[in-house]
Amino acid sequence: MQKPTKIALRNYLKSRPGIQLTENIDMPVIVCPVEDLIALMTWLYQNDQVQANCCVDICVVDHLHYGLDEWVGVDATSTGFERARDALSKRDIHEKPGRYEVVYHLLSTSMNQRYRIKVKLDEPSDSVPSVTKIWPNANWYEREAFDLFGIRFSGHPGLRRILTDYGFVGYPMRKDFPLEGQVEMRYDAKLERCLYEPVQVQNRVSVPKVIRQDDQRHTMSEV
Amino acid sequence: MGELKHYTFNFGPQHPAAHGVLRLVVEVEGETVISIDPHIGLLHRATEKLMESKPYNHSIGYMDRLDYVSILPNEHAYVMAIEKLLKIKVPKRAQYIRVMFDEISRILNHLLVLGSTSLDMGALTPWFYTFREREQLMDCYEAVSGARMHANYYRPGGVLRDLPNTMPQYESYAWRSPAETASLNANRQGSLLDYIESFTEQFPERCDEYETLLTENRIWKQRSVGISAIDAQRAIALGFTGPMLRSTGYARDLRVDEPYAVYDELSFNIALGKTGDCYDRYLVRMAEMRESNRIIKQCINWLRKHPGQVIADAPKVVPPSRLSGKENMEEMIHQFKLFTEGYCLPEGEVYTCVEQPKGEFGVYLVSDGANKPYRVKIRAAGYPHLSALEALCKGHMISDVVVILASMDIVFGEIDR
Repeated sequence: MQKPTKIALRNYLKSRPGIQLTENIDMPVIVCPVEDLIALMTWLYQNDQVQANCCVDICVVDHLHYGLDEWVGVDATSTGFERARDALSKRDIHEKPGRYEVVYHLLSTSMNQRYRIKVKLDEPSDSVPSVTKIWPNANWYEREAFDLFGIRFSGHPGLRRILTDYGFVGYPMRKDFPLEGQVEMRYDAKLERCLYEPVQVQNRVSVPKVIRQDDQRHTMSEV
Repeated sequence: MGELKHYTFNFGPQHPAAHGVLRLVVEVEGETVISIDPHIGLLHRATEKLMESKPYNHSIGYMDRLDYVSILPNEHAYVMAIEKLLKIKVPKRAQYIRVMFDEISRILNHLLVLGSTSLDMGALTPWFYTFREREQLMDCYEAVSGARMHANYYRPGGVLRDLPNTMPQYESYAWRSPAETASLNANRQGSLLDYIESFTEQFPERCDEYETLLTENRIWKQRSVGISAIDAQRAIALGFTGPMLRSTGYARDLRVDEPYAVYDELSFNIALGKTGDCYDRYLVRMAEMRESNRIIKQCINWLRKHPGQVIADAPKVVPPSRLSGKENMEEMIHQFKLFTEGYCLPEGEVYTCVEQPKGEFGVYLVSDGANKPYRVKIRAAGYPHLSALEALCKGHMISDVVVILASMDIVFGEIDR
């Protein structure tokens, strides 16, 4: 980040303690409460030192399974692989506050600088103000976030599903939506129409999700 | 006189000019487009969801199937994200190989756009010409990875294997005489680099051939000049990147602005247009192909002089060689762990992007410290382009919709994901 941009950002954030700025390995990250989002976005767009004129991407992260693994590991040494797996999809996992996070990637083409803005939501029904008035191409990104995660964007010109099938039920990218889906479709020749039935396939964890604490990366040699 | 009404019709989902499965609900008044509502998602395969359920290396193949016309740059963005989080340094030779294949992919991609755009406008000949060249480049893909399209060649830390020293040869059979076979094999006698070099030598001539057919062609110009012209500011607001943005005269190219791999060591120009119309997009792509050809030549020269490692020496991420796995216990353990469990990434998030032939292709990777990505968001270059279809088509004729769509270079693998 160039120095004048940094100063402008710091000055702006000084009077707004709710907004936090951190430096990630790739770009600065700003975490912002929902209420301040539009004010912050408008400022980033309009400020001469920032000029975030392009909305690169909008996506959602569902933190329901964050930091949870599927591997019983040491305790199951004597019982074998089959019993060592504990599929997340079969567990009853309680929702935590701040489960959903809407992530905006912004770019200033004139300053050649990227920004990541994050907004945390407790409930998907907490609506996020739409940024389509600032960046028109946010339209489809917000529709996608609504389609896959069920996040509502208030003030969006036409919030409807975009990627999933006509008449689809559910929000498929949420962590509690099964990978193999809930219904399967087939064409019935006798009835001469498409039928939707509950899925037959069983969820199977072939490679369990493992989180290793013994940090191997520090031993890695670099070329 | 009767009441004038707008007429609404469907374009697609099965239409040869839709470049895949796209349904457009078009509202027209006479032949003038009033509004367009693209219905996408007919090729949605939940790539991002699938990636969350697999170890990192298993998903490299999914990248090939996103934008299936420019395959290796997609992989490049993904492996770069993993490398950035793991802090692996990629050997220089691997980076040059990657850049060379990224540029080969760029030519492959632009040749397809060129061929299909002209086909959409009713010119059949360029299609055959461009596919003649595509065939040769696909042979390069095949020689290095074993697959003509879905290469699965890049790995975190480098590339799967070094460039081969021999090229596969054609064989004679009942309907192909030995003389014919020999002429087909003429440029396949040396290594892959020799073969690519022979391609780069003849390619500028081939570009001239396409230009003779199209650049000054009256029908081509009538169909594309002034169609969907757009200025740079509006294009940025709509999220345009790549040739779509550069055709407006705005010089933004990630290879220059945010150089990755070894692009900062290579010399090339950014191709720019002026008006941002369909004709300028075509000109920009033509110029980019010539530039890519130059980059490939520089890469060949470098690669000839610098043999060496093509993958990082990082045993926790890169599998050991087959031989050492059989002789060394440690290596065997690494092999076993890597192919059953994969490797864990440190907790964190990263966004990496490459200048893919269509524009900015980005991967946003969130890791919670596991052996699988916690969340991957793929930023497809074509997604914002297609979302601006209505803005570009309004006021144009129905027949222009086809041309505008073709000039956008839409591939549904990456848009629907």
